[in-house]
Amino acid sequence: MRTATIGVIALVLSFGALTAAHASEEAHWPMDPMKPNLGDKPSLQHGLKLFANYCMGCHSLKYQRWERTADDLEIPHDLLLSNVVFSGAPIGSLMTNAMPTEAAKSWFGAAPPDLSTEARLRGPEWIYNYLRTFYVDESRPLGVNNKVFPNVGMPHALLELQGTPIETCKQLPKMKDGYELRDPLIPGKAITEERCGVLDVVPGTGQLTAAEYDKAVYDIVNFLAYVAEPSRIQREHLGVYVLLFLVILYVFAALLGREYGKEIH
Amino acid sequence: MAAHTESRVPAMWGRFMTWIDRRFPATETYEFHASKYYAPKNFNFLYFFGSIALFVLVMQILTGIWLTMSYVPSGAEAFASVERTIMRDVDFGWLIRYLHTTGGSAFFIVVYVHMFRGLLYGSYREPRELLWLIGMAIFLAMMAEGFFGYLLPWGNMSFWAAQVIVSLFGAIPWIGPDLAQWIRGDFNVSEITLNRFFALHVVALPLVLIGLVFVHIVALHHVGSNNPDGIDIKKNKNADGIPKDGIPFHPYYTIGHDLPAIIGFLFVFCLVAFYLPDMGGYFIEKPNFEEANPMKTPEHIAPVWYYTPFYAMLRAATFPLLGVDAKFWGLVVMAAAIAMPAVLPWLDKSPVKSMRYKGRISKVMLTLFVLSFFILGYLGTIPPSPTSTATAQVCTMLYFAYFVLMPWYTRVETTKPVPERVTMR
Amino acid sequence: MDGGGASGAVDADRRYFLIGATLVVGAAGVVGAAVPFVKSWSPNAKARALGAPIKIDISKLKPGELLGPMQLWRGKPIFVVSRTEAMLAALALNDDRLADPKSERPAVPDAVKPKYAQNEYRSRKPEIGVYIGICTHLGCSPKFEAVVEADKFGADWKGGGFFCPCHGSMYDLAGRVVKGVPAPDNLPVPPYSFESDKVIVIGVDEETA
Repeated sequence: MRTATIGVIALVLSFGALTAAHASEEAHWPMDPMKPNLGDKPSLQHGLKLFANYCMGCHSLKYQRWERTADDLEIPHDLLLSNVVFSGAPIGSLMTNAMPTEAAKSWFGAAPPDLSTEARLRGPEWIYNYLRTFYVDESRPLGVNNKVFPNVGMPHALLELQGTPIETCKQLPKMKDGYELRDPLIPGKAITEERCGVLDVVPGTGQLTAAEYDKAVYDIVNFLAYVAEPSRIQREHLGVYVLLFLVILYVFAALLGREYGKEIH
Repeated sequence: MAAHTESRVPAMWGRFMTWIDRRFPATETYEFHASKYYAPKNFNFLYFFGSIALFVLVMQILTGIWLTMSYVPSGAEAFASVERTIMRDVDFGWLIRYLHTTGGSAFFIVVYVHMFRGLLYGSYREPRELLWLIGMAIFLAMMAEGFFGYLLPWGNMSFWAAQVIVSLFGAIPWIGPDLAQWIRGDFNVSEITLNRFFALHVVALPLVLIGLVFVHIVALHHVGSNNPDGIDIKKNKNADGIPKDGIPFHPYYTIGHDLPAIIGFLFVFCLVAFYLPDMGGYFIEKPNFEEANPMKTPEHIAPVWYYTPFYAMLRAATFPLLGVDAKFWGLVVMAAAIAMPAVLPWLDKSPVKSMRYKGRISKVMLTLFVLSFFILGYLGTIPPSPTSTATAQVCTMLYFAYFVLMPWYTRVETTKPVPERVTMR
Repeated sequence: MDGGGASGAVDADRRYFLIGATLVVGAAGVVGAAVPFVKSWSPNAKARALGAPIKIDISKLKPGELLGPMQLWRGKPIFVVSRTEAMLAALALNDDRLADPKSERPAVPDAVKPKYAQNEYRSRKPEIGVYIGICTHLGCSPKFEAVVEADKFGADWKGGGFFCPCHGSMYDLAGRVVKGVPAPDNLPVPPYSFESDKVIVIGVDEETA
């Protein structure tokens, strides 16, 4: 009975833990995985820099303070203020921007949302794939569309880094059950087929290579994952000590309990 | 007891307590409710959960008070007061918040197991019917408390869940729409609703809960606790009038049994609070990470997990019945499902209390009931589909069958003989 | 005492040891659990941001005047007074009327007792006095008087002063409290420093920099 009940509770808890969010929203674009690493300070710092340069004009982080970001990312205050904070704001102020909401609504169709909790709202994986699936689409007002968020009102802010992304037809390996099909006569050569609706980048148009761009987007999303919950690092660190303490306390309490239990018969 | 060396401290304490006892029934109360409250000695692990529930209640009140120090119940400020002030600006605010959200879910897990123990061992049987009814009132108060509390973060799921649940009341014939508007205080869920739910969640319902828990314990101690064998230990007393199978609640259960239990619970609790506070979106739902937006419905509105079994039953009502439209009788089914356990004391006609001695049919029916409850719970979290609806309908029938058929199967089945004294199985 | 179902030999020593050990570890746990609740009461990040140092520009401050409009630091009014030669000379002449001429009393709560205020004029530069403008009696804001009224300060008083209208406490132009008034302490000195000749930073000095 006791084992059954513990088993059930454990099952239910692990079910909750293992279950990813419900089916993702609009798109059926196959998502590449993205696992944030909040211990990677250089990545977070790079992400902050990119965010401040390319995103912050439109997207504020109005629940986060500069000072908290500086301290958690181990950036000296004066360095942050002189290189990243362009508004002359003091270090303790919130990471707001000057984008006027009402005007923005008329410019873009929807005001660019604040991104303080975006990584917890949509998940880091979604944002990672979103930023890598813009493509040129002349039918859209801003000239770009997006595979993960079709008909989005946002321009491709990272265009100069990625280069011009286009939707095209490419010769790609034929897949069966997750494996590439190979030509039986030529070792290592995949059998290809033409697939359309595939994204590619016009060569020579971007500052970064495809791999560098992916890393840059990773850093931005890693930074956003940090901003969504800045206390996460502290939480996971403190948890170890709390759990360890509880184990010790449990040992004493259980021994004491057994002491009293001996008297019952 | 072991001999103490003579010292002034016990004598001083004795004089102090004599002074108090003349003016306040301190020792009397302590003895009646703790050191001389004789509880059956065969309590098993399912008997931890009442004390754990009390612990969680205290923790929710403590963390709740602390959250109220920083939370602002206005439409413009509520979301920011949680995400900016509590989660980032206030030292350890994030911890107090996670303790409160995890505690809310923990409260329901603990209380569901506590109620299950009651079903298993017949703890609702005479003379504990009133105790059981008070417990059902606590369950109802908890559901209301959770519902009011969930609006407070003013996230998008908070808003839309409140919208949906309040409009459920609108399904009641004749008075529905007016009732829904009266609950909301406005034509739509708005800041007015937020403010009143704040008052109800922070002041009114906690007072109700504390009062109900108090009378729950008084009612229990008046008749004495049941036990896994369902035997009345007061039938077998020794020369001093003390039940032979009873042991003093303090210290054998308080320290010997409940203290390690609470610490063990705390371990699992902290594991969740520190490492899985979102629980994959079941404890803190993803759409709640953006502010309430009346113009943007979340893709999938689901209530928090502890309501989902009943929500699944509500949704299982898809066709009109007897001239009543599905929207209303779905609400009736849901309300009936929540209220149904209250009449258990009068449905159970078995000559024995505990499942240990009941017949096979009872065991099967209870298993089906529990399985249906879990399946319905899962179904309530996913978007409806033809298969899920059909399954929900079957499970709803099984859920009600447990109750509705009980007067019959508890009478016809063959029970086992109940021993005179408790067994330490 | 023991009920019908509980009896048997008790190893008293083991029992007391276990009770004691569990109590000690448990008490440590309770203290640890209290820490987040207690710490959550400290000024949060917003308060610390609002309580950040402020800069005061004194380029427009004329000798013999109090800087106006007054600035607030951490919600408290800051007096910046520019003392003339005559005012400075007068500071030394009223010592017998002062309760604590050498600023020896302990610092009032929330104020500092910086070394740079351990002098006659209680400031870094003799001609510029920087004080928290809250009367140490019950918290009203004293009024600056370059020339005092004789019926308040007495005919023998030299130079200007601060007069608190609530209960009549009086201070000299170095913020030192007069004897026989309700206020017990001299006007507090905030931590401050000169960023330049004309800019004072309130909230930053050698310790807090």
